[in-house]
Amino acid sequence: MSPLLEVRDLRVHFDTEDGVVKAVDGVSFTLEKGKVLGIVGESGSGKSVTMLTVMGLSRASNARIGGEALFEGRNLLEASNEELRSVRGNDISMIFQDPLSSLHPFYKVGAQLVEAIQAHQNLSRAQARERAIEFLGLVGIPDPRARFDNYPHEFSGGMRQRAMIAMALVNEPQLLIADEPTTALDVTVQAQILELIGRLKDELGMAVIMITHDLGVVAEVTDDIAVMYAGRIVEEAATDELFHAPEHPYTWGLLQSIPRLDRPRDEPLVPIPGRPPSLINLPGGCSFHPRCPYVREAHRRIEPKLAPVPDSPKHRVACLLESETRKRLWQDLNAGKEPVEARADVMEGEEVT
Amino acid sequence: MTTYIIRRLLWVIVLLFFVSFITFMIFYLFPSADPAALRAGRQPNPELVEQIRHQLGLDKPWYVQYVDYMKGVFLHFDLGYSYQNNISVKTQIFQRLPATISLALGAAVVWLVIGIAVGTISAVRRRSLFDRVSMTGALVGISAPVYWLGLLALYLFANDIGRFKIFPGSGSYVPISQDPAKWFTSLIVPWFVLAAAFAAFYARLLRSNLIDVMSEDYIRTARAKGLSERRVVLRHGIRSAITPIVTAAGLDIGILLGGAILTESVFNIPGIGRLAFDSIQNSDLPMIQGTVLFGAFFIVMANLIVDILYAFIDPRVRY
Repeated sequence: MSPLLEVRDLRVHFDTEDGVVKAVDGVSFTLEKGKVLGIVGESGSGKSVTMLTVMGLSRASNARIGGEALFEGRNLLEASNEELRSVRGNDISMIFQDPLSSLHPFYKVGAQLVEAIQAHQNLSRAQARERAIEFLGLVGIPDPRARFDNYPHEFSGGMRQRAMIAMALVNEPQLLIADEPTTALDVTVQAQILELIGRLKDELGMAVIMITHDLGVVAEVTDDIAVMYAGRIVEEAATDELFHAPEHPYTWGLLQSIPRLDRPRDEPLVPIPGRPPSLINLPGGCSFHPRCPYVREAHRRIEPKLAPVPDSPKHRVACLLESETRKRLWQDLNAGKEPVEARADVMEGEEVT
Repeated sequence: MTTYIIRRLLWVIVLLFFVSFITFMIFYLFPSADPAALRAGRQPNPELVEQIRHQLGLDKPWYVQYVDYMKGVFLHFDLGYSYQNNISVKTQIFQRLPATISLALGAAVVWLVIGIAVGTISAVRRRSLFDRVSMTGALVGISAPVYWLGLLALYLFANDIGRFKIFPGSGSYVPISQDPAKWFTSLIVPWFVLAAAFAAFYARLLRSNLIDVMSEDYIRTARAKGLSERRVVLRHGIRSAITPIVTAAGLDIGILLGGAILTESVFNIPGIGRLAFDSIQNSDLPMIQGTVLFGAFFIVMANLIVDILYAFIDPRVRY
């Protein structure tokens, strides 16, 4: 079976006055039908731009786009605007971070759903209206018939995101891209929205790409996770494996910076030191090296390739440390050691650079 | 909503009261000439001037004159009589109103059509040749004084003094009730001349608004829904970007209904603006008061209408 979406060596560079911003720099991944992929990374890691590019929404005059994005075998990067238009909202839908600013403030919620339906389906206004009401009900909006005529500002935050989800799903897409769908919501509502996306995925049999900076959000719902850093994927694995046997120092940092129920409660959270690099002047070698506690001199020159982990071919990582060293470092970290201690223990005798 | 409108209307009355008082005081504190002497004609004898002064009530203290005037306005909607020719101010203003309305509304149509079209295309094709040329043109349009533009237009196109005798010249205005076709042709040049600066301003306003709006999240949503770019711009972009245009248009039309003094003067159109201009030259207080009150009335009403319209344009606004 061919994958639903296959992205190959995607590059998105923006020419700006300050220089070329390499927002996405060689990203590849595949997504099978009905699966959920999480793309995790900090702000500016390129996770949103990657998906916006797949949808053709980053086509600006200063954008240079390379690579392939095969959706059901068709390269969306080469599709005409009209072809893309018929894919968007129909085969691939997208929901965004802030549902208030993502809904048009001057149109009724129902009317915005009807517009989405009529963009792709040949339905009368009355039929489209019925379908919109059906989907508003499906996403758990109480009394959808009355709510149809409300404006977005008359909805609560959670309701707005439900309405956005309903609007994204009215044409029963095969792929839903959720770009930080819970970031702007209360914690209790976050869980409801994630649960809703999980349920609808099963009911409608669609695949989901969940973009987030929060590993905690994707832990429950995803099948696979790709971790992005500075425009590249640095690690990808099945969700379970990523949480239990992470290979990349950046992933370790992410995992140690979120609270976990399966860890002792008094264990301190460890932030990742430093800041994400400038995408105009990427550090040479491994782009994570300025923030990596386990950096060696050579890592500043050699670029790591995304390669399979020895005993798990679907788990891939872009790190220059030897597999054995990485395993021991993670064991130490997992045992509660600080990164400095772990380094001293595992990489003993090596010069600290 | 109803209480809001009533409250606003009461404010309109208070405001007009202030406007009339200030106009009155300016006239008394800084008199341009003695109205009675002007009325008396050339080389008047003092007795005649005194007699006229008494007839017009100018010999009474200023506050008595003001109270008398306001009584007339409030109790009988009587705006008094011209010092100059005894014509009723009210009659005179209503006679002049159609010309001003023709000029203002026609110009508004011209500048809205041009401003919105140019602003939209410039915003969508930002940095294109069209954008650069039209925005430079807009800068010229905003900077050019309307009387200069009016004289230039007459010099070029008027059928009496023009280089290309295409349009009727100055003083060709005919009321629509007399001859609609001539009314229309006589107003074409004044409409465009008056509209030029407004069109330029509106094009720039809409352009910058639309550029801002097009980077909003809900525009991205509209594109993500698979709408055509045309629909994204027209239904989602302009719908939001147009709101400040509505405000500006309401206020500008309100101001112009009070008289477009310069344009009316250049093209010799007998409107409120000309009336105001002439009455100031003649120190004709009742006529000045009348035109000022009318102008103020249009402006405050335009404000009110714009605020009410806003509630319809933006569903988030409630009164």
